[in-house]
Formats: sequence, structure tokens, C-alpha cells
Amino acid sequence: MAIATVPGAGIDVGSQAPAPVDPRRARRNRRLKDNLTGYAFLIGAVICFAFFSWYPMIRGVVMSFQRTRAGETTWVGWDNYERIINDPSFWTAWQNTLYFTVLALVLGYAVPFFLAVLLNEFRHAKGYLRILIYLPVMLPPASALFLFKYLAYDPSDAGLFNSILKGLGLPTSQWMQSTDMTMPAMVIASTWMNMGGAVLIYLAALQNIPGELYEAAELDGAGLWRRITNVTIPQTRLILSLMAMLQVVATMQLFIEPLILANGAGSEDSATSVVYLIYQHGFFQNDLNGAAALGVIMLVALIGFSAVYARLNAKQD
Amino acid sequence: MSVPHFRKVAAIALATGLGLGLAACSTKSDDDTDAAGKTIITVDCQPVGAQKNLLQAWNDDVKAFEAANPTIKIKSVSVGTQCANPPDFTARLQGGSMTDVFYGYMTDVQQVIDSGQAMDISAFVNKDSIPTWDDVLADAKNTFTKDGKVWGVPTKNYSMGLVYNKTLFTKAGLDPKSPPKTWAEVREAAKKISALGDGIAGFGEYSSGNTGGWHFTAELYAQGGALVTADNKKADFNNDMGKKVLQNLKDMRYGDNSMGARQLLGWGDLLTIAGAGKVGMFVGAPDATTAIVTQFQGKYEDWAMGAMPGQDGAAKGTLGGGEGYFFKKGLTDDQVKAGLKWLAFEKLTPGKGQFDYARAKAQGEQVGLPQPQLFTPGSPSQKSEFDLRKANGNIAPDDFSAFENNPVTIKFEPPNAQGIYAILDGAMSAILTNPNANVDAELKKAEDKVNQLLTQAAK
Repeated sequence: MAIATVPGAGIDVGSQAPAPVDPRRARRNRRLKDNLTGYAFLIGAVICFAFFSWYPMIRGVVMSFQRTRAGETTWVGWDNYERIINDPSFWTAWQNTLYFTVLALVLGYAVPFFLAVLLNEFRHAKGYLRILIYLPVMLPPASALFLFKYLAYDPSDAGLFNSILKGLGLPTSQWMQSTDMTMPAMVIASTWMNMGGAVLIYLAALQNIPGELYEAAELDGAGLWRRITNVTIPQTRLILSLMAMLQVVATMQLFIEPLILANGAGSEDSATSVVYLIYQHGFFQNDLNGAAALGVIMLVALIGFSAVYARLNAKQD
Repeated sequence: MSVPHFRKVAAIALATGLGLGLAACSTKSDDDTDAAGKTIITVDCQPVGAQKNLLQAWNDDVKAFEAANPTIKIKSVSVGTQCANPPDFTARLQGGSMTDVFYGYMTDVQQVIDSGQAMDISAFVNKDSIPTWDDVLADAKNTFTKDGKVWGVPTKNYSMGLVYNKTLFTKAGLDPKSPPKTWAEVREAAKKISALGDGIAGFGEYSSGNTGGWHFTAELYAQGGALVTADNKKADFNNDMGKKVLQNLKDMRYGDNSMGARQLLGWGDLLTIAGAGKVGMFVGAPDATTAIVTQFQGKYEDWAMGAMPGQDGAAKGTLGGGEGYFFKKGLTDDQVKAGLKWLAFEKLTPGKGQFDYARAKAQGEQVGLPQPQLFTPGSPSQKSEFDLRKANGNIAPDDFSAFENNPVTIKFEPPNAQGIYAILDGAMSAILTNPNANVDAELKKAEDKVNQLLTQAAK
């Protein structure tokens, strides 16, 4: 009787054969293995973000619904929000902040773009001009603001700006001591301090515009203004739009300017910003819960603004 | 990447991340005893390196204290401006990163209690732990006592008067030995000083960074007024006394033009102007002269001090404040006792620590200021401190006599003082920067806001 010679005969073939491989799982495993180093490095960053950014943020939201007295924390629902909204300084702070934001959009947003366009037109000394414009950004913000506070905005006739105004035969100003001038003065200082970075970003965007577009426009008889409106602005629309959103988010967080230029609230609360009010509640009024509630209100407002902005932008696209 | 190599990378990354995270979270204080069984306490406000004399004195004191108390080890912590800057203090308090024995202003007491970070030291504070305790001013002790519980130990106090520049007084034809006693006299002197020109202000006043409200309070107390009602529930300054405070300043600023062009001054701004010799007078405490010299490049010989000016005669009161030390919750009994012993040595014993006038004089520091006056007048500690001060004083005998010989009733700051001061900055800045500001309207506005603050705080 012939004996079966089939390899493996008499043995449970199923237990020896390689397991069928799920191709999707294999792909996932391979991807995971390829990215392991990345994930390993990511862990440190994630832990840092968790402790230094996400946890404080979540803790802030929780605190805004609590009140702490004598070490005892109790849940008070919307009480802190009610208190904060009824604080007379709340609306003043929002008005001031929004006024600053609008002024900063008109001045602080337009000036760097204008400077970048001008700089882009220069044929010579571009590098030097770029350095000159960027120099104020290298100054620590506090130092730059002290320069404005003590030198430029000195309300006496000896102040730098007042000397210039007087020399030109124009009326002098009380600058930070005038409730009307507080915000414009803060925007001027802030624009001077920060525009260098924005100019460089705009310049990079401008230099990416293909030269043929300008040549074509010139052949069609377009002057400087038409070249800017028909070529430059449409070609830099995305960066302009992104910078506008960043500008709003940054200016809404107005703090260091009132703190240094106006020593806080300024003349008759004309410099009080929302963030300065948070600082007042948190550090001077022994009201960390109120400060947290105000911080959450601001966060929601900024998220709301960003969402509306993204929606509008998406529609335009 | 090979698996072992990957494991190494992952382990390093994980350890780094966890290490950073845990380091950030760790608020555990030092152990309470060292290997030799000594009780360890950490204390803050060690002078910073730039304050060479003060730092040397502190280190010498720590050594002397440890030699006299071999079972105690002091670990000193210097935290920059934490001991003079309320926001820094609040951040450390809320973060739970204070030292075992930590510094705070008298206005911080409620905040410290609310934070739940300090311990009730009632059972430990007495004349056994602090030999001069019974001589310490009752008002200063009361400031650190709430609902019968002692939360801290007062270590310094001040009251306000009129700080003035003798050199400018002489130049303006005024008698530097006879400072103004009433607001009318202040006004006249300010006019003469500002007439010297060269950007010199006759009188300087704060109006921002909460200091405007602080000085409004001092000047209101001089009128006989109060910032809040006795039950601390309502504002109590919208009255004739509050009006006189603002009107005096407005008249000097816009009527006489004797306060200079620069307003919205905060603490450092006014002292900078003073250090440069550009202001004739301002309301302040005796140690303002020390700050002018040590921090703002002024000269001791320029400055003197008189009593707080009254409206028509002597002032009816003046603002007092100060500082003290608290104990972190969770300390052992031995640590609390060691901390009290250190405070007694460094802050509350005539001839030692802050009252070691012989050493301060040898170091060239200003000695002889009438404050801190921590001890009850007539008590043995007060007599001893007074004798040592007189024996070692290096200030001109008349410089502070007008202040010292005309004591004014001291009234301390109310609860929620910093919040109220911030609101009153608005009224002060209005009348000092806006010629059309209405005193009545500004007081009413501030009153409404303070009432709202007090209602909120009571919730």
C-alpha cells in the first residue's frame, strides 16, 4: 500500500500555514513603524502642550464656574459671568479694545503693506532698507514702549512729537494724557514696533508674483495704481486675508501697550483693555474666578470671529 | 530605524517629556528636616545680589541665627521683585509656590486667607515664640487677625506725611525747616517752587497703577473721611471730604499750574522725577526717601518730611499700611516655631536684623527714619528701639522732626483696597488730565463702581 508522500501529510496543515494577512492592517503597521521616531519625539511636545497650554485652558474654563473662598471651592454656575458682565468696566474695556482693533486695522494693517509694495519697487539698497524697517522688531517691546512713553509722548512742549508739531506750527497734544488721543497713540506705537515682521511677510509674498503679470499689465498700459489693484492685491489676497485675521486676534489681546504707555487704565479708563481688565481682576481684586470668566468670554469671542472669518473666506474661494 | 534604536529614542523622548511635565507640576516644598535632624524652613525676600549691603546683612543674620539655634536651618530664597510687586505675589500664591514663611502686604491678608494656602498660627504666636510680641502695636497685629485667628506676623509699617525737597524749598525762598501744614500752604509753596521753571513741579501726585486711589485714600483720611462704611459694605467718599481732596488737586493742577505737565504717574514715575530733583513735594512715607536714593539716583541731603497736611489745620488722620509674614499650610509644629523664632530675630528685636542700626550706619545706610514704628509707644521694646535709633542716626536732626513731632492718627487700609484703589485711579486721572472734569461726577462714578465691587466681593 502506497504511503502518501504529500509533504505534511498526516499533519494539521492549517496550523502550519502562514496566517492570511489583512493588507490594510499591514499598511497601518508599516506606517506606524515608519513614523515611530516622529511619534517618539512628539510625546515630549504633546506632554508640554498638555501641561502648559491645554491644561491651563481647561482649568480656566472650570474656574470660571467656581468660586474659591478660604481655600474652599464651590460650583457657582454662571455667577462669575453675571458679575463680570455687570462690572461697569466690562463694556468700557470692550469698547476700547474694539476701537483699538479697528484703528489697528486701518493703520497697522495698511502701513506695512504699503511699505512692502514700496520696498518691492526699489531696485537698490533693498537689503539695508529691509534691515532698517525690521530693526524696531528687534527691540524688546517694553523698551520700545518706554521710548514712546518718556520721549515721544512727553506731554510738555519738550516732548519729541510735541517739538516736531510745534516746529511745524501745529497744535501740540497731551498724547496719553488725553482721552481722545490714548488709542491713536497706542496704535502708532504698536504699529511702529510690530510692522517690520509684517513687511517682510508681505515682501516675500510680493516677490512670488510672476514678473510676467506686471509686464503684461504694463503692456496694457496699466500705471502703478492699476498694477497694485489688478495684479498685486489679487495675487496676495490669501496672505492679506490671513494677516488680517492674525491682526485682529493679536490686537484684541491688547495688554502691554496700556500697561506701559498708560500705567494701566490710562486717563479716565481710556486705555483699559479686556486683557488689562483680566489682569486687574486676577492680580489686584483677588478675583481669579472673575478673571477666568472674562478670559473665557474673550476666547469665545475670538473663536466666533475666526469662525465667521473662515466661513466668509471659504465662500469667497 | 532598528527596533533597539527606536526604543532608545522613544525612552529619551518619553523621559524628557515626562520630566518636563512633572517638573512643571511639582510644587512640593522642601523636606522639614535634614539628614542631621535639623528643622528646615524656607524664607523669602532675601535681598537680591545688587543690594550688596542688604544681602551681606541678611547672610550674616542667617549665620548668626543658625549659630544660636543649632537645630534650625534657614534656606533663603530671593525672588526678585516678588516682595514689592503685588502681581508677582498673587501669581506665586495662586501657584502654591511660596516659601514656608512668606512675605505679604497688609492688603494681601484677605487674599492669602481666600487662597487657602496659609495656616492659622494662633496657637503658636505669643511672647514665648516672639519675646516682643506683647509690645507690638495692636493695630498692626489686628490687621493680620481675622475672625479671631492669627494669620500672620506684622514686620513693618508706615504712615503717610508730606515728603519735600529742602534744596528746592531754599531756592524758592521757602523755609525748609517749616513745611506746609495745610493744603492752602501746600498750594502756596507749590506755586513758588514751580515758578523756579526748568520743568520743576511744585507738587507731584499719582493717578495710575492703583497708586492714585492709594493717595486719594491717604488724603481723604487727612480730611477725616473714610473710604468705606464701618461695615465695609458701601463706599463712603462721595461727600464734602472726598470733594475737597479732588478739588485741592484740581486747583493746583489747572488753577495754579503748579503740578507739572506730566501726569498719569505711577509709583516709579514720581520717584524718578523726585530723584532728578524735579518735584518739590509729594505725599509719601518716610522710606520714600530711601527709595529715591537707592533706586532713583537722588540724594539724602535733599529730602525731609513733614506731617500730613490738613484742610484748615492739622490732619485728622493718615493712611497706614505695611507688611508681614505668613506661614504656608502643612508645616510641622517645629517648622512654625522655627519660623516665628526667625521672624522674632530678624524683624522684631531691637538691635538685631532690621533694627541693627549700628550695622546699617557702618554700611552707610540711612539710619534714623521714624519708621517702622512697630512697637506700642511707651513699651520697653519701643524705648529700646528709639534709643538705638537716636544713638546711631545719621540723618540731619530736623529732617523728620516735623513728621515725628506731629503724630497723626493712623488708619489702616480697608478690605478690597487694591480693587478700590484701581477704581479711584479713574477719578484722580480725570481731575489731573482733564481741565473740564467734574469733581462731583467723578466721585459719583467712582462711588457706583466701588459699591458694585463691594457687592460682588460679598457674594
